Amino acid sequence: MSKNKSEYLINRKDNQYEVVIGLEVHAQVTSESKLFSTSATKFGAEPNTQVSLVDAAFPGMLPVINEFCVKQAIKTGIGLNAKINNRSVFDRKNYFYADLPQGYQISQFKDPIVGEGKVILDMPEGQKEVGIERLHLEQDAGKSIHDLDPQNTFVDLNRSGVALMEIVSKPDLRSPDEVSVYIKKLRSIMRYLGTCDGNMQEGSLRADVNVSVRTKGSKEFGTRCEIKNVNSIKFMQMAIEYEANRQVDLIEEGKSIDQETRLFDTKKNETRSMRSKEDAHDYRYFPDPDLLPLEVSDEFINKLKNDIPELPDDKKKRFIDEFKLSAYEATILVSDIDTAKYFEEVVAKMGKNRDMKLAVNWITGELFAVLNNKNLEISQSPVSAKNLAILVNLIKNGTISGKIAKTVFELMLDGDKDPQKIVEEKGLKQQSDPKAIEALIDKIINDNREKAIEYKQGKEKLFGFFVGQAMKVSGGKANPQLINEILKKKLQ
Amino acid sequence: MSDITKKSLTELVKNIKEKKLSSEEVTKAFIDRSEKSKELNAYITEDYSSALEKAKKFDQKPNLDLKLPGIPMAVKDLFCTKNIRTTAGSKILNNFVPTYESTVTQNIWNEGAILLGKLNCDEFAMGSSNETSFFGNVQNPIDENLVPGGSSGGSASAVAGQLTPITIGTDTGGSIRQPASFTGTVGLKPTYGSCSRYGIVAFASSLDQAGPMAQNVRDCALLQEIISTYDPKDSTSIDFKRNNYSKELTKNIKDKKIGIPKEYRVEGMPKEIEELWQKGIQYAKDCGAEIVDISLPHTSYALPTYYIVAPAEASSNLARYDGVKYGFRAKGENLIDMYEKTRSEGFGAEVQRRIMIGTYVLSSGYYDAYYLKAQKVRKLIKNDFDEAYKKVDAILTPSTPSSAFKIGEKKDDPVSMYLNDIFTVPVNLAGLPGISIPAGHDTRGYPLGLQIIGKAFDEQNILNIAYAMEEKINFKNKITDWWIK
Amino acid sequence: MSIDLKTIKHISKLARISVDEQKAEKLAEDLNSIFKFIEKLNKLKTDNVEPLTSVAETTLKLRSDEVKSKDIREQIIKNSPQDNEDYFVVPKVIE
Repeated sequence: MSKNKSEYLINRKDNQYEVVIGLEVHAQVTSESKLFSTSATKFGAEPNTQVSLVDAAFPGMLPVINEFCVKQAIKTGIGLNAKINNRSVFDRKNYFYADLPQGYQISQFKDPIVGEGKVILDMPEGQKEVGIERLHLEQDAGKSIHDLDPQNTFVDLNRSGVALMEIVSKPDLRSPDEVSVYIKKLRSIMRYLGTCDGNMQEGSLRADVNVSVRTKGSKEFGTRCEIKNVNSIKFMQMAIEYEANRQVDLIEEGKSIDQETRLFDTKKNETRSMRSKEDAHDYRYFPDPDLLPLEVSDEFINKLKNDIPELPDDKKKRFIDEFKLSAYEATILVSDIDTAKYFEEVVAKMGKNRDMKLAVNWITGELFAVLNNKNLEISQSPVSAKNLAILVNLIKNGTISGKIAKTVFELMLDGDKDPQKIVEEKGLKQQSDPKAIEALIDKIINDNREKAIEYKQGKEKLFGFFVGQAMKVSGGKANPQLINEILKKKLQ
Repeated sequence: MSDITKKSLTELVKNIKEKKLSSEEVTKAFIDRSEKSKELNAYITEDYSSALEKAKKFDQKPNLDLKLPGIPMAVKDLFCTKNIRTTAGSKILNNFVPTYESTVTQNIWNEGAILLGKLNCDEFAMGSSNETSFFGNVQNPIDENLVPGGSSGGSASAVAGQLTPITIGTDTGGSIRQPASFTGTVGLKPTYGSCSRYGIVAFASSLDQAGPMAQNVRDCALLQEIISTYDPKDSTSIDFKRNNYSKELTKNIKDKKIGIPKEYRVEGMPKEIEELWQKGIQYAKDCGAEIVDISLPHTSYALPTYYIVAPAEASSNLARYDGVKYGFRAKGENLIDMYEKTRSEGFGAEVQRRIMIGTYVLSSGYYDAYYLKAQKVRKLIKNDFDEAYKKVDAILTPSTPSSAFKIGEKKDDPVSMYLNDIFTVPVNLAGLPGISIPAGHDTRGYPLGLQIIGKAFDEQNILNIAYAMEEKINFKNKITDWWIK
Repeated sequence: MSIDLKTIKHISKLARISVDEQKAEKLAEDLNSIFKFIEKLNKLKTDNVEPLTSVAETTLKLRSDEVKSKDIREQIIKNSPQDNEDYFVVPKVIE
């Protein structure tokens, strides 16, 4: 099995196979109330406390669409460089399930609100474009709980009716790693836009994964299987690897692949056929007669376009152009909106005489390490952007050395203390008075006269000894540059 | 006392406003008569004691500025009423008590009316004779063992039998106008989007409309102006300027152009219907209207179209009755078994038949041939009316192809039952307002109705024409109180 | 065209209505007579006709994103056939 980032090849005796992947991502729209009802959408509420008469499909209840959800879908479409459709239609997808109170899901089948678009992935080999087929709005279902009672299933409808965006990609992905980068990129774009919080643990982002395989170089697509409702990137990758290998095995054995819906069993790490769905689903889509066509004017769309913030791709370009960051650094800093915000705040607070390189190193080095250790998001950082900027400036203007800065940073972690104050209180300010350093060095040379003679006779290694002594005596505060200069002069 | 129930709504309102009658007296009179009329089986749920209480309370502090001050009223059991059982005539909702009120009934209570009870109807409004109700047949006050029509059969029977001064029904394919015609009463199906569908048990969402049923046109106009409001809770409710229909009611219809569609002269139509129609044309002329021959070429396709569109929507609208959240649940070994038994035992035969038709026409492979085709023909039918209304202000037709029939007569022949709605269904498909007024009797003395169809949102015009013709027709319903022993 | 028993059974599965042999035969008979009458539509040419889904010649009105319905669990659960204070309860779902 060979593996690199953009390609995932499966080698068998005589054949080499590539995997073809398309994703249907279900992203929960960030909104206060549901798509067609006025109940709340908060995660983690007591069961059935966020359910309206509409959500529970009481007789005579009717859907009324939430304008904000429409705007969120359009904004996401703009973020995906996609065509926004002026007219879209809501259809009913009919099937029975305990957590589907209406007996149908309101979705968009023939005429979605957003059409074709694209997403750019930053792969190590370069940029890759992934096509977006469409984005449509639909209702989420409730939750069936099977393990509270041996005979019964319990149903919680809190999620029933929450707005989802289904984002359908073209079958442009070729490896589990690309899938990971794609999901992260979608997530990043939506978090920049504030249209989906992207929280996979809470189920705000999940995907149906379509997988097929074909011999490398082939133009035809193989028969695909759809792996339903996978809720983490890791599981998506594991499911794809399992499923691709399963399909290759079937082909190698001369068997055919059935187009079917499969489930990923996270415990056994395998996909299996969903038997209950076998009686050939016939969803009987038809336009929902309780709703009229959704029409949005160009003016409405343009107004939203003007509200679109700078998105990751543009921000990255600007970071490279304006701040002279490397592509790698820029990619890291823009990947998450909160990181980008933090960085930009640091930049702003550093003022004119800023050291961009130093700031980037501190954020991606010390700060990331601390966040990682403490398992914190950057939005929960114990050190504010403002104080980090002050710290970087203190290094830059020679008030403290890089080494002392690490000590100061440690102290800042407790209650986001102002580094300036720490330096003052602890007397950590760098010794930069040449006269004082000269006196200090004179004393050291005096105390180590023999070593000074050895140095002058050619034992140049001893220079480090003198620097070390100077640092030691000054408690690490002496300006290392000055020490170097003065030492060189004195030892001539 | 018994005189009270003979009074029209307009008279009752006047009497209460002039303090000649109290709400309690009026309410008691209708309750007494309703109690004596159990044989009609017009009610599914009675709420008499609480009605009396409300009437007494009203009398203590009467607000006489209201349009229906202390007027008792029973409504079709398709309207959800807060804390009062609402069944839609079905076993599957036998024990369902809504915690909410439909917009239309709320509008009525807001004007001071008092609920007497819930009236019988065909199960989920699917029927033309009230014979599909889980709660049994309704008798037509006109004659024993005669159907009152449907689906608003209980409503029509209650108005004709004077168990309620007025009522509201719903009309998906003729369910207000056909029973009105069968019982010698007036029934208006408003323009689609005129009355909110919020809180009304849905049958076919693109066709359903609530509307008033009354003893006369003026009462009908008054109720219409109360129930028709723009409602943001119904996405298909339309925000148009609504008239004060009763206030603006006029008999002056001089020079109004009334169209007579030749396609309504259907094969096998009884002679008495043809004669009634001719009489109607003469009355319209007598009122000063101008008669214009028109063509609605796709009329004969309306019924087949309706029997695709309505069941398709119904099959989906009725999916929510699955035994999970409310209503009847049959025991099942697992979820699917529970669903299938609940729906098989909870729905009656006609409802199951229509769910099957609807499921079939939407199913994969048949959608284009049936559902899509029907939507296209629906467009043609609407175009017919649009064309016609370039030439005329309203259209006059018979309401039904026959007078009321006997209970059981058509029960086992769905197609002949469906043919009852041949003149009313096109109006629903085109979303237009239509009113049925009593215009004569057949040889047995059973009432016959004429239908006046208007332009969209032009309820005032058809009410005016009906009002003018009503005077000329001077119809007298032959009610013998046969059921009161 | 004729609707056979197999089709009736398939449709009844989709509609989640149980049918036994006898009921299926009756339904097949009824549906066939109804569809015979519906087939009339085939006589019409409709190739260039736009389908009409709603007679309401207007577009969807949008509501503001406000939470208005809250804390009505008791109301929501009250009518459910199997008692439980917090959840709707259904017979075990077999995957």
